Amino acid sequence: MGRIGTIARRTFLVGSAAILGGVAFGYYKYKQPVDNPLDDDLAQGEAALTPYVLINADGVTLITPRADKGQGAYSVQAALIAEELDIELDQINVDPGPPSAAYWNTAIAGEGVPFPSTDRGAVAEGMRGFMGAVVKLMGMQITGGSTTVPDGFEKLRAAGAVARETLKAAAADMSGLAVTQLKTERGAVVLPDGKRIPYQALAAKAAEIAPVTDVTLRPSTQWRLVGKPMQRVDMVAKSTGTQSYGIDMRMDGMVHAAVRVNPRKGGEMISFDASEVETMRGVQKVIPVTGGVGVIADNTWRAFQAVDAIEVEWDSAPYPAEQDQHWQVLADTIDTGDADATPRDDGDLDGADATVEVEYRAPYLAHAPLEPMNATVLVTDSRVDVWTGNQIPRMTQASVAKMTGMDADDVHVHILMMGGSFGHRLEDEVVKRATELAMAMKGTPVKLTYKREEDTLQDFTRPIAMMRGRGAVADGKVTAMEIKVASPSVMDSQMVERQGFPVPGPDTTITQALWDQPYAIPNYRVTGYRAPQLGPVSSWRSVGASQNGFFHENFLNALIHEAGADPVEERLRLMTDDPSRKTLEAVAEMSGWGGDLAANKARGVAFCLSFGTPCAQIIEITNGEDGIKLDKVWVAAEVGKVVDPVNFENLVAGGVIWGLGHAINSQITYADGMAEQENFFDFEGLRNNQAPEIFVRGMENRDYVTGVGEPPVPPAAPALAEAIFRATGERPTQMPFGESFDFA
Amino acid sequence: MKLSVNGVMHDVDVEDDMPLLWVLRDELKLDGPKYGCGVAACGACTVHVDGVAVRSCQTLVGDIDGPVTTIEGLGNPSEMHAVQAAWLKHQVAQCGYCQGGQMMQAADLLANNTAPTDEDIDDAMSGNLCRCGTYPRIRAAVKTAAQSLQEG
Ligand code: FES
Ligand code: FES
Repeated sequence: MGRIGTIARRTFLVGSAAILGGVAFGYYKYKQPVDNPLDDDLAQGEAALTPYVLINADGVTLITPRADKGQGAYSVQAALIAEELDIELDQINVDPGPPSAAYWNTAIAGEGVPFPSTDRGAVAEGMRGFMGAVVKLMGMQITGGSTTVPDGFEKLRAAGAVARETLKAAAADMSGLAVTQLKTERGAVVLPDGKRIPYQALAAKAAEIAPVTDVTLRPSTQWRLVGKPMQRVDMVAKSTGTQSYGIDMRMDGMVHAAVRVNPRKGGEMISFDASEVETMRGVQKVIPVTGGVGVIADNTWRAFQAVDAIEVEWDSAPYPAEQDQHWQVLADTIDTGDADATPRDDGDLDGADATVEVEYRAPYLAHAPLEPMNATVLVTDSRVDVWTGNQIPRMTQASVAKMTGMDADDVHVHILMMGGSFGHRLEDEVVKRATELAMAMKGTPVKLTYKREEDTLQDFTRPIAMMRGRGAVADGKVTAMEIKVASPSVMDSQMVERQGFPVPGPDTTITQALWDQPYAIPNYRVTGYRAPQLGPVSSWRSVGASQNGFFHENFLNALIHEAGADPVEERLRLMTDDPSRKTLEAVAEMSGWGGDLAANKARGVAFCLSFGTPCAQIIEITNGEDGIKLDKVWVAAEVGKVVDPVNFENLVAGGVIWGLGHAINSQITYADGMAEQENFFDFEGLRNNQAPEIFVRGMENRDYVTGVGEPPVPPAAPALAEAIFRATGERPTQMPFGESFDFA
Repeated sequence: MKLSVNGVMHDVDVEDDMPLLWVLRDELKLDGPKYGCGVAACGACTVHVDGVAVRSCQTLVGDIDGPVTTIEGLGNPSEMHAVQAAWLKHQVAQCGYCQGGQMMQAADLLANNTAPTDEDIDDAMSGNLCRCGTYPRIRAAVKTAAQSLQEG
């Protein structure tokens, strides 16, 4: 691992800046420095060591720029800083940090770059740097795209190292000893005589001296924390019911609110009649909001009851009312539309004779994290405070500033622990509705909680997608594969329409995980078609890869079957990337692929490279009297370095369960302009009784680090589809499979 | 009306048809029981009434005639119930939002069945949804808790 100078060129680490009562340093810039977000709040005697470490009388607080929606981001980020800072995880506080441009996310830009993520060549890296600059300018502070670990892997350790060396320099100044005589350990500088100076006691001194940025990151052989099993910092609270979430926000004088917004998303409210409601117990006020109406009450349930009792007339939806019409739009787009992009075009597809032709479909899906959307907002004359669990605090700050006419600096977004997200908390409609209510309740904190039904009906779903494939085989090999895929654009709906960020060029999520797979098929073409906007859509765990992984691999399995080849062997033959090949070899070895199976059992395999992480899976099922039962899944994922093996295993298994559950059980369909599903009895994913046993292996065959929150999702559905095909002779062509097959 | 929660008697002035969940959360400020669905479809709100696991979102406060125990009453960080200790040992939680309900359901199961099989666990626990997909660890933690309860 290089010195900071090398890292600086790659991640734009810079020096220090004097601030009131201290110094901030080690933060990142692109051309112009970004203001240190901690400057404002620092009291005398506190030193902000980079935007990531704050030391004051309360102890050491690690400011973690990525929110935690359940994936253990706080712990992983804390461990990376603590590794170099020489402090233990149980000695530190973790704070998700205020919204700030200084916390910009470089890794998320990588997914938008037109180079396969396995390509680390100079041009590809240069483009990623460029995209990083673009993201920087927009100041995105986004948790998503499995970027927490890759974005922080060097930055956070560097932050810890800079802080450590500066604290040592401060201790040298104070003690008159040479820095080389000092050691650091468990949150203190240790003098040669064994005397310990806690970091807190050095904060004021460290603020006065120049930061030490010429540091060397420790080689992996010296790591104490990274790569070893850890106890996550939130685990005691989450094992005792004492963890609090956004929904548990409570303040003096706070009122409770509920809303009902037109379930024909984006449609107007024509009229409402709340005459019955105002006299209901506990109801304080009825307030119209954008597209609907809200109720302020003294208790959540009373607000729910009241808002449901309002009679409302809704206008029609700004998209086709029936599901069939949505599918027709996709078919028409492929038939007659212009390509949005053809990111892969190898060999000669037009000359190739197609022997296999397919059409596959993937439905709309809700995110449905278990904690419904909620936000608490307090509007006063001088400032606005927002408390919520949210992955886009900067954008939320900007929208609330616009709505209230405040300066962004006077809008304070406080990020609270999230009860899941899966992409739902990349949206902030709930904050906007809560802000409208709070503006009508100036001086009173308003907590808005969505009913589950509201959460589902108002969700911006995963897009529907349709894929048409033509392919050919010869001499037992796959020789041609052409994929055309159509779906509405997530970028248009989420970034352009709702956040006002222009996203130039093709929508790369439409062809994500189709064009960039590491296969050398001689004739290989992928074309994306951007369908017109239908129901509003958003990023859903693994984004475009969630449907495209199914499309690509189900089709490849069909072609391999046609060729009469083995799906593991043929993939290994086609693969161009060694770490990818090793993940597939790993699951084959773990599962004993190729061995004999009982008559009613079958296995399927799939692979997907998404978010830079190759992931291979093999599933075994039993086709029994009660239907298909999911028995076992073997999964291997290449991430460069597994930061915490315990959390890694949990996240990977959870991703597999997520992929399988929605593949067999779940969809959102439209009728009369509204989602037909509204709660967990008709949209649930997987439950305990359907969950397979899962065997996980983390692979470390690369020198760069990628994330694992999303990559286990895409291979799950196509691996299962292949197993179903082998068990029944019928290949699933559309999700959810439960519509066409019985599951136990 | 009178309501005994975690060994403390409370006087609450609410409608008879208010679900217990909202009495606990908004009146008594006990946030362990979570709101997930409101229709007994997720189990996040699970508490014990008279020692039996119920969905508090569908239990009307006026119908209750026994003591209520919430996850806060089962045990706490300095004195954990065997189920909580097992959940910590296996690091079951991801977002953790469902886990209070999962643990209350598991405690009920283990009070009636000291050595549950996988099938028993599936039967008892499948009403508790975990959107993060922690089921493999839930199964393992239930078995660990069963063992530590047996060993006393
Ligand atoms: S909130 Fe009670 S079961 Fe879901
Ligand atoms: S841990 Fe997130 S819902 Fe169970």
